[in-house]
Amino acid sequence: MSTPYAKLPAWADYGLIPLINLAVAFIVAGFVVLLVGENPFRAAAILVEGAFGRGQGIAFTLYYATTFIFTGLSVAVAVHCGLFNIGTEGQAYIAGLGVAVVCLTFDATLPWWLTFPLATLAAAAMGALWALLPAYLQAKRGSHIVITTIMFNFIAASIMVYLLVGMLKPVGSMAPQTRIFLEGAQLPKLNWVIELFGARVRSAPLNISFLLALLMAFLTWVLIWRTRLGYEIRTYGHSPKAARYAGISETRIIIITMMISGALGGMMALNPTMGDQHNVAIDFVSGAGFVGIAVALMGRSHPVGIVLAAILFGMLYQGGAELAFEMPAISRDMIVIIQGLVILFAGALEHMFRPSIQALFASFSPKSVGMAAAKGKGA
Amino acid sequence: MDIFNIIIQTLDSTLRLSVPLLLACLAGLYSERSGIFDIGLEGKMLVGAFAGAAAASVFHSAFIGLGMAILISISFAMIHGFASITHRGNQIVSGVAINFIAAGSTVILGQAWFQQGGRTPALAEGERFSPITLPGADAVKDVPVLGHLYSELLSGHSLIAYIAFAMVPITWWVLYRTRFGLRLRAVGENPAAVDTAGISVTWLRYRALLCTGVLTGLAGAYLSMTQNGGFVKDMTAGKGYIALAALIFAKWKPVNAMFACLLFGFLDALAIRLQGTPLPIIGKVPVQFMQALPYILTVVLLAGFIGKAIPPRAGGVPYVKER
Repeated sequence: MSTPYAKLPAWADYGLIPLINLAVAFIVAGFVVLLVGENPFRAAAILVEGAFGRGQGIAFTLYYATTFIFTGLSVAVAVHCGLFNIGTEGQAYIAGLGVAVVCLTFDATLPWWLTFPLATLAAAAMGALWALLPAYLQAKRGSHIVITTIMFNFIAASIMVYLLVGMLKPVGSMAPQTRIFLEGAQLPKLNWVIELFGARVRSAPLNISFLLALLMAFLTWVLIWRTRLGYEIRTYGHSPKAARYAGISETRIIIITMMISGALGGMMALNPTMGDQHNVAIDFVSGAGFVGIAVALMGRSHPVGIVLAAILFGMLYQGGAELAFEMPAISRDMIVIIQGLVILFAGALEHMFRPSIQALFASFSPKSVGMAAAKGKGA
Repeated sequence: MDIFNIIIQTLDSTLRLSVPLLLACLAGLYSERSGIFDIGLEGKMLVGAFAGAAAASVFHSAFIGLGMAILISISFAMIHGFASITHRGNQIVSGVAINFIAAGSTVILGQAWFQQGGRTPALAEGERFSPITLPGADAVKDVPVLGHLYSELLSGHSLIAYIAFAMVPITWWVLYRTRFGLRLRAVGENPAAVDTAGISVTWLRYRALLCTGVLTGLAGAYLSMTQNGGFVKDMTAGKGYIALAALIFAKWKPVNAMFACLLFGFLDALAIRLQGTPLPIIGKVPVQFMQALPYILTVVLLAGFIGKAIPPRAGGVPYVKER
């Protein structure tokens, strides 16, 4: 698809425009805070202080960021293929089943460093499987992947509720969750890393899956920009026609991409279950899959951008919790609004400020936007 | 007689449960027929429900509430239009954004204005839409079967419910018998042709979204001002997505939409009625299965195993005028 806009220098395209979009999203959010009758600047200060002020806050911020790196990568990989995977939420939820099965089976016998890779594989496999069917239906039967993945989110939720109030629940318990995992399925914390820098962490759930998330971000970069498969994915995303002409199998590329996307989304399940709560509970994903959409949009689908955007959202989640404590009128739902605004301004309205920025660039240096220097000569 | 009563009651709750679905589904129909995908039905219903209940409880009038619900829903539809028509943004991304903004802002504003944990105050008698007794319903109440059907099943719904079902023939008429409808269908299939004919694609699509806004507002008002006496956090609970599923199920046609919504409403009513009761032959059906059934059916339909659902051809593609 051709863009109707002229080119901008790369730093403006990848740095300036996302920053402007983000700033506008936060300004609008500031108005909502004002509407509620609080001071937006004080709110912002509390938020940042809560997220980065103490070691405890930083650890929590990175814990949330871990989750969002996985879901953001999941959405981004699909975006590179021109697919909109709105089903990361469901893929992560169903992956909880894989985690639960592995952990409940092996937590008494194996040490964590054996359970962890097994659970990772199980989570990735379940996520990939849950993405397989929508991918197959898109590739072979032409059903729209957005609609199918939405439907699969709901189906996943139904299945998990059914299992968690039934089979997975320990006998005699009322709460819809599995039993607490034993030591063999509890991931070691990473809080000591923050303590190395002199900050103190009382207890925070930051765990080793953060490193897995960073590793996955690196591997995603390798996959998309350094492998043949990644090249094919990007080709298909740019122009399905060109990909077909180049002999790339449409079915194969859609199915493989979606399975990778589902696997990345599935790995998200490790962090809150094995890393924090030590069980699989109802609704443990709680919207992280959708945050992934915002993260991928913010990060421009590039792993570096995604890690940064994930930390930003981690900051919003952690700082938002502190904010809700300080300003009772502003609950955690404020984050949902900000998330929506970021998706709106960085995603749907990403081109809103582009024409005026282009005009600005053109007036300073016409060359930078690729315009011919002789402007007055007419077409 | 007892079984007859159970059937009547189930059908009655089917009607009640399908009203918001039907309104949202028809809302989606206008926008998708004009070539604008609308994932944001859920969010628009939610803000409609909140605005309706909030205004009704503040101004003590159901009709002011309804007006406010429609107004706010329209303004959210216009945001969708601004992003996806004017700025040619991704329609799905814009819809997702609207759902989040709606989910967050209804709770934040509700808490700030009413201090009841995101709820609005319970609506009193005149602030909500109460059941309307159709003329003669009481008189024929004792007539077996037919009289019963009339007084129990057809009578006793709220104004919005009757509007919802009246919207089905009206939408059909608008779509297939008016100039606007012809153009609406055309712009969803081939906007370039409409543009060539000298008709503004932009203005046409904005008008389609206006209809979407009105109908989602009605749907929201029904949820918070008829089905429930006030707004509750997240009260749409995925109904917007079921409406979307129903729209696909109905192959983007108004009369089919009614039947699809009645079917999904019936499944919902059945799930509530069957909770924990074992069926003959099949045995106990898990509630979760009944709840997931609309989604499963839609996936099966989309896959082309029961007929083929072909969306409007220009759906999801922003229109760029040739230059």
